Amino acid sequence: MKTRESRADKKKWKAHTRRRFRKGDLELTTLAIPSFVWYICFSYLPMFGIIIAFVSFKFQPGQSFFANLVTSPWSGLKNFEFLFSSNSAWIILRNTLGYNLLFIVLNVLVPTVLAIMISQLRSKKIAKTTQTFMFLPYFMSWVVVAYFVEAFLNYDFGFLNTVRDSMGMGKELWYLQPSIWPSLLIILNIWKSMGYGMVVYLAAISGIDGTLYEAALIDGASKWQRIRFITLPMLKVTMIMMFLLSVGRIFYSDFGLFYQVPKGSASLFEVTETLDVYIWRALGQTTNISMPSAAAFVQSAAGCLTILLSNWIVRKVDKDSAIM
Amino acid sequence: MSRREKHVLAAAERFERVSVPTNIILIVFFALVAFLCLMPFLFIIAISISSEGSIARHGYQFIPSELSSSAYEYLWKNRNMIFDATKVSLIVTLGGTVLGLFLTSSMGYVISRPNYKLKGFFTWVVFIPMIFNGGLISTYNINTTVFGLKDTYWALIFPLLMSGFNVIICKTFFRTTVPDSLIESAEIDGASQWRIYFRIVLPISLPVLATIALFLVFGYWNDWWQAMLYIDRPDLKPLQALLSAIDRNLEYFARNAATLGMSRMDLIREMPRQSFRMGIAVVIITPIALAYPFFQRYFISGLTIGAVKG
Repeated sequence: MKTRESRADKKKWKAHTRRRFRKGDLELTTLAIPSFVWYICFSYLPMFGIIIAFVSFKFQPGQSFFANLVTSPWSGLKNFEFLFSSNSAWIILRNTLGYNLLFIVLNVLVPTVLAIMISQLRSKKIAKTTQTFMFLPYFMSWVVVAYFVEAFLNYDFGFLNTVRDSMGMGKELWYLQPSIWPSLLIILNIWKSMGYGMVVYLAAISGIDGTLYEAALIDGASKWQRIRFITLPMLKVTMIMMFLLSVGRIFYSDFGLFYQVPKGSASLFEVTETLDVYIWRALGQTTNISMPSAAAFVQSAAGCLTILLSNWIVRKVDKDSAIM
Repeated sequence: MSRREKHVLAAAERFERVSVPTNIILIVFFALVAFLCLMPFLFIIAISISSEGSIARHGYQFIPSELSSSAYEYLWKNRNMIFDATKVSLIVTLGGTVLGLFLTSSMGYVISRPNYKLKGFFTWVVFIPMIFNGGLISTYNINTTVFGLKDTYWALIFPLLMSGFNVIICKTFFRTTVPDSLIESAEIDGASQWRIYFRIVLPISLPVLATIALFLVFGYWNDWWQAMLYIDRPDLKPLQALLSAIDRNLEYFARNAATLGMSRMDLIREMPRQSFRMGIAVVIITPIALAYPFFQRYFISGLTIGAVKG
C-alpha cells in the first residue's frame, strides 16, 4: 500500500513539520472528525476490549462491559490453556484453516482460468451475458443460499431424495450426514464467489497492452504460448494481491456459509464448526465466556500476523507485488 | 468500458481469435456454467408455484406437475409482515447509505490531499483496522453495553458504515482523477476546505460515489448478521432476518395473527407450507436479481479501482 510513496512522503513530511498548522489543515481535520469518531467507537474501542482473553471475566448485570473488565481478576494465559486442552479446539482450528487453505487456492485458480477462457470467446456479447449470469450468486446472501440448498437436500421433498427415491435407493438425512458437507461447502463457496473473482481478473486482462500479443503473434507464438508467457505473467500482480487479501482472513470463516447453510446442525459439528461459529455460540452466555474470548484473540492476532508475514515474504520475493 | 479498453479488445479480437471448434466448446462450457448459476433461482420459483398436493406427491419439481398461486395469495393476505420488514430494510439501507457515503468519502478525500499535515496519521487510522480488530465478543459487548445498540435501528446501521476498502477506493479515485490545480485555484480564491469538498470535489466524483453507494446498498440490503446479533424485537427485523427466522421456524410468520382477526392456529393450518416458504424467498430475492444487471457496471468499476494499489 505504501512503499515508494511513504519514502517520498517522509521527505515531504520533514519539510512539513517545520511549517505551522495552516487554516486548511484545520478545516480538513474537522472534515475527518466524524469518520475518526466512528473509527474510535467501532474499531479501536473493541481492540482494547480484547484483553478480555486475559482475565477471568466476572459478569455483573447493569454494568458496562469495560467496568466488568476492570473488576475481573487477571488470569494470564489460563484461558488459552483451557482452549487448547479441549478436544473441540483442534477440530475447530482444523476446519477453519483447512477450508480456508482450499478456498484460497481455488479462489485464485478458478476465476483466473475462467477469466482467461471467457476472454477467448469470439462473441463479446455472449461473454458479457455469461459474466452477468455468473455474477448473480455473488449478490445473494447466505440466508437465501440456504433456501437454495434446502430445495435440494430437504428430507421429504428435496431434489436429491426425490431422485434417490425414484431409483429405489431410499431417502437420506442430508443435514445429519457429515460426509457430503465438505465438498458441498467448497462447491458453494466457489459458486458464490467465482463471478466476483472473474470480474477482477477480466479487468486485469483487458488492461494488458494489445501490442504485446501482436508482437508475440509476429514472432510466431501459438495461442497457448501467448497465454502462458503474456497473459499469466501480466495477471501475476492481481493474483498475488487477491492471494494476500485472502491469506489475511485465514483465521476467519464465512459465518453464513458454515452456520446458515447447514442450519446450525449439531450433527455436522465435525465438518462445519469453525472459529466464527464457535465464538458466536458463546455470545449469549454470560458465564463461560473465557474460552471463546481466547479463541477470538487467537483469531485477531494470528490473522494480523499472517497477513504481515505473507506480505513480508512476497516483498522479499517480488517487491512490486507486495500490498504494504 | 473506457475507450482504451475498447481499443485493446478490438485489437485482441483481430489477432487473438480462437479456432471455431474451440469457440464452440467454450460456448457450450459457459452455457453450462451460466445455467448452474441460474438454476437454483428457477428451481425455487418453480417450487413456489407448485400446489401443495403435487409437492406432497412428487417432491420439489423443476417443472411443477400442478400449478397453484396459493403461496402468493397467502403471502398477499398476510402482507403486513413483509411490509414491516421491508420498511425496516428501506430505512436502514437509506440511512446507512447516505451516512456511510459521507463518512467514507470525507475520510477518503482528507487522506488523498498530499499536503495535509495529518494525512499520515489518518491513513494509519484507516489502515490498522484492515488487518487487526477486536473480535466479535469484545465488539458485541461494547455495542450492547457501552453504546446500548440492542434493538435499535442504529445497531443495523452503525457497524457497517465504513470499511477500509471503500475508503481506499475513494482515496485512489480522488488522488488520480481530481486535478490538484483545481483544488489549489479554489484555495487561492479563498474557498474553505469544506466548500471545496462539497462544491468542487463531490460533483466531479459521481462515478466513485455511485460505486460506494452501491456497495453500501447491497451491504445493508443483504445483511442479516447485524440483525441476528442485535435485534430481538420482531418489528425491527429487516427482510433478510425475517427470511432467516422463517427458515428456522415457519410458524414465526404467524406471530401477528391476532391483528388479522384470525387465530394463530387457523393461520398456520391454512398455510401452504412448502410453496409458501419458497415464495417468500422469491419475493425477497427478486428486487436484487432484477436490479443488479443495471448496477453491475458500477460494481465492476469499483472493484477495478480497489484492485489498483493505493
